[in-house]
Amino acid sequence: MGFITATADRLTIRNFTEMASLIRTLGASGFRRFATYRQATVAATVTNSVFGLLRTYVMLAVSAAATAVGATAAGYTGPQLVLYVWAGQGLIGVVMLWGWTDLADRVRSGDVVIDLLRPVDPVFAFLAADFGRAAYAMLTRFAVPMVTGALIFDMYLPHRPATYPLFLVSVVLATVVCFACRFLANATCYWLLDYRGVGMAWAVFSGLCGGLFFPIRFLPDWAAALLWFGTPGPSLLQAPLDVLTERDGWPVQLGMLGVQAAWAVLLLWLCRVVQRRAERKLVVQGG
Amino acid sequence: MAERLRIYRELVRAQVRGQASYRLSFTLDLLGNLLFFGSDLLAVLVVFRQVPALGGFTLRETLVVFGLAATGFALSDLFVGNIERMKTYVRTGLLDAVLIRPLGVLGQLLALDVGVRRIGRVVYSVLLLVVALRAADVPLTPVRVLMLVLTPLCGAVFFGAFFIATSTVAFWWVESGELSSSLTYGGRDFTAYPMPVYGTWLRRLFGFTLGFGFVAYYPSLVVLGRADPLGGPAWLSWTGPAVAALAAAAAWLIWRTGVRHYRSTGS
Repeated sequence: MGFITATADRLTIRNFTEMASLIRTLGASGFRRFATYRQATVAATVTNSVFGLLRTYVMLAVSAAATAVGATAAGYTGPQLVLYVWAGQGLIGVVMLWGWTDLADRVRSGDVVIDLLRPVDPVFAFLAADFGRAAYAMLTRFAVPMVTGALIFDMYLPHRPATYPLFLVSVVLATVVCFACRFLANATCYWLLDYRGVGMAWAVFSGLCGGLFFPIRFLPDWAAALLWFGTPGPSLLQAPLDVLTERDGWPVQLGMLGVQAAWAVLLLWLCRVVQRRAERKLVVQGG
Repeated sequence: MAERLRIYRELVRAQVRGQASYRLSFTLDLLGNLLFFGSDLLAVLVVFRQVPALGGFTLRETLVVFGLAATGFALSDLFVGNIERMKTYVRTGLLDAVLIRPLGVLGQLLALDVGVRRIGRVVYSVLLLVVALRAADVPLTPVRVLMLVLTPLCGAVFFGAFFIATSTVAFWWVESGELSSSLTYGGRDFTAYPMPVYGTWLRRLFGFTLGFGFVAYYPSLVVLGRADPLGGPAWLSWTGPAVAALAAAAAWLIWRTGVRHYRSTGS
């Protein structure tokens, strides 16, 4: 390297094959990294399953009470709610709702400077590694709770073949949206230097508005619409879960993917903007 | 003894000052805690939008159960909640530093990161309990008042015992992740709803074997003046203190075994 600036010249990517190989390499590193955290994976899966058990009983009680007065629980049947709860617990680890403080830690320790010296955009590099992590989580943290839930309870399984690919696309989009949210929350550390408060606000927001604590449909229509279009919340878990439980026909399923895609693009763009500003701030500070 | 208390006081004061120095983050932290509490409450309210009663309990009755459990949990979280960072203490070697100091290990660890920012949760839980009692139209008799004072205190001891007992997992298994909190927080979620909501075996496991049924559900029956829909005898409601004492004793034993077993991370 000839000279060192605060941010290195970016790698020029000439064609799609180069980009694909870069994503593959970074993704594989993310996959391998999380594959080494075996104990943590087991611990997290057990935790998700415990909460799955508790939530399932609450949801089944809701369904039973609603059926008793001749209604349904916001249009979900009992078995659909079981699927909702367990798939939701599994997806926590796939989209990685909580516990990602990589960027915040690196900002605090100053290691982020090394990331800036790499010839790959940090947003892109973190996202590519996150795909690898999500793929590993899909095989472990998603699969285990799903099997557990299906063995213990009467769980709904999607009838329409098209639902499965739609669900996968939705999970990929949810991962991107969640990554962008995490990145933005972590990036506040460039200015605040302490992540605890922001991290907590993010944890509450994502659980509540993501559809983890209760399905967003349990809310009045206006509130649900506000969340869907005004916040990225439902794009985190609610969208893939509604696609999977087949609560609606395919037009609505596609519509939800559309909303997710819009949020993904918007938030990734925002990540770039914030990252650039942060880099400039670091340069001004003399980093 | 006075000297020791002075040292602990200094440790706590340093912590409070340290946490308050990141002002914006501290405020967000306080707000976040209130939000956490609010989101738990909101989850119950939203669920009751769908149904008039859950497991035979109306919203107002459920909120009394919820309020009792939440107050107990908030109290224990304030005093001993930070012990859930145990695995960080083990990994970073802080525990080794604590062990060679001439003060109690548990006391030091608790003083090292007191949760002043969690005080909001206690206030909110108590407020909710008061509102829920008014809403449920509970006439205050001496017996009920006694139960209302006793229950959060026993709940605090009980949850505290779980916090400490489960934190010892880190002595054996450093990368235990959220495993230790799954029992404590899972138990808290369990206590948020009346027990008839849950299936039989889960009631047996969480409610009776682990004892979470005695934190809020059984005491709340006295407060609400109801018989147990599950057919349990009335005296079960008064077993809270005994259960809490039992849990505390068990936690003490587990903690002692853990500390004696501890052999550092080796690096």
